[in-house]
Amino acid sequence: MSKRPEHLAPPELFYNEAEARKYTQNSRIIDIQGQMTERCVELLLLPEDAPCLLLDIGCGSGLSGTVLEENGHMWIGMDISPAMLDVALERETEGDLILADMGEGVPFRAGCFDGAVSVSALQWLFNADKKSHKPVKRLYTFFSTLYAALSRSARAVFQFYPENESQIELLTTQAMKAGFYGGVVIDYPNSAKAKKFFLVLMTGGSAPLPKALGTEDMNDNLEIKYARREATKNARGKPLKNTRAWLLEKKERRRKQGKETKPDTKYTGRKRSGRF
Amino acid sequence: MKLITHNMLTSKCLKGVTTGYPLSIKATNVKVTEVDFNPEFITRIIPKLDWDVLWSAADSIGHSEGLPKTVEPKFEDDEEFLKKAHRVLLEIEVEEGHLTCPESGRQFPISKGIPNMLLTEAEVQ
Repeated sequence: MSKRPEHLAPPELFYNEAEARKYTQNSRIIDIQGQMTERCVELLLLPEDAPCLLLDIGCGSGLSGTVLEENGHMWIGMDISPAMLDVALERETEGDLILADMGEGVPFRAGCFDGAVSVSALQWLFNADKKSHKPVKRLYTFFSTLYAALSRSARAVFQFYPENESQIELLTTQAMKAGFYGGVVIDYPNSAKAKKFFLVLMTGGSAPLPKALGTEDMNDNLEIKYARREATKNARGKPLKNTRAWLLEKKERRRKQGKETKPDTKYTGRKRSGRF
Repeated sequence: MKLITHNMLTSKCLKGVTTGYPLSIKATNVKVTEVDFNPEFITRIIPKLDWDVLWSAADSIGHSEGLPKTVEPKFEDDEEFLKKAHRVLLEIEVEEGHLTCPESGRQFPISKGIPNMLLTEAEVQ
């Protein structure tokens, strides 16, 4: 049985009162959503110190909105789940809320937003929850109306959970068809847990994609090839446990996964002196 | 729903509607809440607004007194004006009522301050 919420029920039914309640009480959810929104804002590259009007797509209970407020921006949120919006009202967020389905289009006038963010919402569009739903068409309607609602040079950043490669491809093709430039940025690709997908879309001309986090040492293809060979060589003779080499390797692995790791120094893995 | 949202909102997602703007407001309950005044944001947002639509929206819910009908060219230095704009854009909220599409006459209910823009299967483009 799959654990993906998109497979269980349509969003307006899945996010019922009980599920929505979790989003105010579960500190882990709040924490993760906050971190991902921070990263989205970073990728938006908004003009510094200027309060902007942002669109939050799939705003839910307004967790992401709170982060936008902390960054000094005004936001308007849209979501399909009334229960989640009720929680947002309870939390007294500053942003304004609208009950709408993103697959039916973004119901705003041309050029009014300085940017758009969306945290963990886009994957819902891959589903056909009603007989009339055609995911490809809904994606295209969504992207084309969003393109119109953004001002020129604005960006849209979506954090989402793709199921497979073909979903990413479907997303990017539909977004390009609607006129966007951009692509997918993957943070911490080496970690199972910290790995996060961000679709970064730009309206004003193509610009280089921002750099993903946790990929510092994979810049050169040749290097990777050699590194792999080295790795297989080492795998045969793994460093002895509790040695300095073993410790350094372990720390390197944690670093790649984006976990907090102390820097390597001359004291790393060194025995204490007998006098201690 | 704040009037800043109303100023941006359209019903163009409806089948057969091209502009769907401006939506007319029929309010049965209007609330005024205090919001921190941010002159920078108001100055940035005013050029993006359709001021005539904002004025008539404020008028239709009975909050247009004192609000100038046009934007002065040097509005960014006029704090009095920015405060009025702030009040009408962010502090006045329509709690209950409905919005009406100017082209199709379709009504979108507003309850607890949230406009319901969900469409039925037949209305989707």
